[in-house]
Amino acid sequence: MTPTQIKPSLPTLTLNVNGKLHSFMLGEGLHEVSPSHTLAYTLRERLGLTGTKISCDEGACGCCTVLMDGKAVLSCILLTVECGEKEIVTIEGLEDPETGELDPLQQSFIDHTAFQCGFCTPGIIMSAKALLVENPSPTRDEVKEALSGNFCRCISNYHVLDAVIAAARKGGGE
Amino acid sequence: MITDYRYIGKPTLRKDAFDIVTGKAKFISDLTVPGMLYGKILRSPLPHALIKSINTTEAKLLPGVKAVLTYKDVPDWKAGARPQHVRVLDSKVRYVGQAVALVAAETEKIAEEAIRLIKVEYEPLPAVYDVEEAMQPDAPLIYEQFNANVLPPESRAFGPRTLQEIVIGDVDKGLAEADFVVEGTCAYENIPNPLPPETPGVIASWEGADNLTVWSASQGPHMFKVTLQPLMGGINIRSIGSPVGASYGSKYMSWQFVMPAAALSKATGKPVKLCFKKSEHLAAFTVRLGSRIHGKVGMKKDGTVTFLSGDWLVNTGAFSECAQFMIAVGCGEAQLMLRCPNWSLKPKVICTNRTASGQVRGFGGQELKCALIPLLTMAMEKANIDPVNFFKKNYVKPGDGYYWRDGEWWVCQGTDYTRAIEKGAETFGWKEKWQGWLKPTAVDGARRRGVGVGVHGNADIGEDVSEAFVRLDGDGKAIIHCSLAEHGTGQRSNICKMVAEVLQLPLERVFFTPVDSLVNPVEIGPVGSRGTYAIGNAVIAAAEDAQRQLFEKMAPLFKVTPEDLETSEGMVYVKGKPGAKLPWSKGLHYYGACLGRGRFEPDFSKPNFMIVFSEVEVDVETGKVDLIRVVCATDVGQVIDPPSLTNQLNGCLGSGGIDSALFEETIIDKRLGRIMNANMIDYKWRTFAELPEMELVVLETPVAGHRFHAIGVGEIATAPGPSAVLMAVSNAIGVRLNDYPLTPDRILNALGKVNAAKRRGKQ
Repeated sequence: MTPTQIKPSLPTLTLNVNGKLHSFMLGEGLHEVSPSHTLAYTLRERLGLTGTKISCDEGACGCCTVLMDGKAVLSCILLTVECGEKEIVTIEGLEDPETGELDPLQQSFIDHTAFQCGFCTPGIIMSAKALLVENPSPTRDEVKEALSGNFCRCISNYHVLDAVIAAARKGGGE
Repeated sequence: MITDYRYIGKPTLRKDAFDIVTGKAKFISDLTVPGMLYGKILRSPLPHALIKSINTTEAKLLPGVKAVLTYKDVPDWKAGARPQHVRVLDSKVRYVGQAVALVAAETEKIAEEAIRLIKVEYEPLPAVYDVEEAMQPDAPLIYEQFNANVLPPESRAFGPRTLQEIVIGDVDKGLAEADFVVEGTCAYENIPNPLPPETPGVIASWEGADNLTVWSASQGPHMFKVTLQPLMGGINIRSIGSPVGASYGSKYMSWQFVMPAAALSKATGKPVKLCFKKSEHLAAFTVRLGSRIHGKVGMKKDGTVTFLSGDWLVNTGAFSECAQFMIAVGCGEAQLMLRCPNWSLKPKVICTNRTASGQVRGFGGQELKCALIPLLTMAMEKANIDPVNFFKKNYVKPGDGYYWRDGEWWVCQGTDYTRAIEKGAETFGWKEKWQGWLKPTAVDGARRRGVGVGVHGNADIGEDVSEAFVRLDGDGKAIIHCSLAEHGTGQRSNICKMVAEVLQLPLERVFFTPVDSLVNPVEIGPVGSRGTYAIGNAVIAAAEDAQRQLFEKMAPLFKVTPEDLETSEGMVYVKGKPGAKLPWSKGLHYYGACLGRGRFEPDFSKPNFMIVFSEVEVDVETGKVDLIRVVCATDVGQVIDPPSLTNQLNGCLGSGGIDSALFEETIIDKRLGRIMNANMIDYKWRTFAELPEMELVVLETPVAGHRFHAIGVGEIATAPGPSAVLMAVSNAIGVRLNDYPLTPDRILNALGKVNAAKRRGKQ
């Protein structure tokens, strides 16, 4: 996608989300990105990427986790204007863009019913994805540690651990 | 017994799985409606005060603001049960966080700004937080109509004979027969928050004078027609549900977010979206009931309970959302746990100046048990009885009777859970670990291990009426018409499995209508573990009815009677003649769908059951308690979906469950009336790194009354845990503890190492 041509005098921001570039005017208008907007807000309210969930909105629960340059970050405590030069991946960006095939981690969550209400699931999958990028064959304790910032109130945690470990094994880990 | 089911008992794909793992599932906060405004609520900073004046002029002048409402201009809708006593906005505030004014604006940000421009002048009143202080003659009166802040006992939540207390037999006779009598006070008053990740949220759209459409994250969206329509002047509500980002009961009674949004929509003529912030969710939405018992128990040497008497003081906070409903169910559940001929347990529901209590998983029963079981253990300790043997002896057996919430005497026709208790104890290694009362299982320096056990059960698996339709279309598909919201248990998928099994259809050819009161019959919702038995029975009956109609239509084509036919894969066969077959389309064409109707009538004769064993390790130097191992045991008749069931049982830790014994609490600063930990850092919750070892024992003794012999159990998973942990910690440190949560300061206080009351600012 080609970034929209904007007059050079106007302040703009270009975000790279799921491999696509999006340009925004900076400002307080209805369709602009304000310097006070969080990345979570911009993803949801400007780009319609509502798979990223907001729960606590203060960096405590992990529901808003996305990848920034491959690392798990909390999009509710990141300002959008800080993300200009970064590659952001959200839950919507995990599927293969050509074939639509699910990421093995997503498939493993399905296979293990690793969710109940599903509200925290996108954040948990993104945290797990960041872990597997860094450490393709984690131990169960390493998975627990990596997901400790993710709140799951239904307690699907045990199934999540099984799903992540199984996905790691399939991915050639172990 | 048939066990070679095609879907029942086997793990199958959850219908919403793909949407959940890809982020496509649309929760209420993800929805928008064209022309929608955003609502915000100004909340009271004081626990008890009269509003002297509200100035909204400046707020109304802010560009983008479409409405500012105060108690002077909202409709006179009253809620709270029972009697109705809470106005949607009032001239008096009764807790910190109560709604004072409502704003609708073009953006959330403008609405937030407008809230800050509203000027309110209060006349502060003294506040009260403790139930016994609230009943004193000089206590501040929270509602003029409630003498001594006690809700009128005559309110009838479940019909004219509603259970309001347990008074059975003759307590004096029981006293004379007892070998041991104990008396004491036990409490469960840390009012944990069920705290689903998704905050309460709604979009309300008022059309014309009397029509309101509501999209919401309610656990029982259809109930708006039953509960809210009459409260809102008999209007017509169309209630549309969304996936629920969990509820654990808390989003069932939904007027606290539906009514403000509806008032704003009515005032502006536009759809209004109102989603709480997490701080509002924690500080101004419903928590568990506070529960305190001053009680007396008589016991014989063999563990027979001769009487139980006492006052059950129930703290409902600033209003009763449904406390009378909850005590009725709690009183029923106490009798399931305890075969006792002589009772006098008298509940009182008391208002205090903190955020209100409401419906939470465990529904009165957990709150009662968490105080009642510790009282019973005082007697067990005196009689030197193993608690597992006590529960085995005293849990309701087939043929035993009990008064249920409707005040009727029901005779148990369900399962004998003795085997589940024995199997659970064996899996846990209870015999090896139990060393006697107030004795640790093992000691390693400062670290002491202890074990404990708790039970719970309800007879609500068959509560209330359910209705459902099942439609068979000519293209070989079955559509379930039912307003069952998906709140995380996978119940919508599991209901599809039941229909697929009845009709022998591939699961992917069974569909569910959206949750919409306009297209579906009445549905109370998945509460009280009623999904499997009550909703399941209604849907199964509808599928069977549809199949009967299909066979009646198609029998003439084969020149046989309907009884000669069977169906699978959308084909109809003559039994025993595999060659004689026709697709449904030959009978239904494209225009002749069969619509089967199913109904379930309430049946409180089949209690479910859960026993939880726990092992803890306490560091007596630091006071820290680690939960090491949990074993849950139950009998469900027939598993419908194994992963859904294990998920639900693992849920015993969260949603104000086991961890409410250890670290979950809502802490109120009683000088200000404010909740001090209304954020997810200071409100403690269990992380992945701290998961205990978990084992589940699930027996399958077939239950009559359900085609697949199954009953539900999910709701009760949380309830037995807290008292089990209390017992385990008491045993580990050798000191009896009678209230929660077991934070390090309480442990060290019990051990005489610090003064916890001082640390908690009580002295």
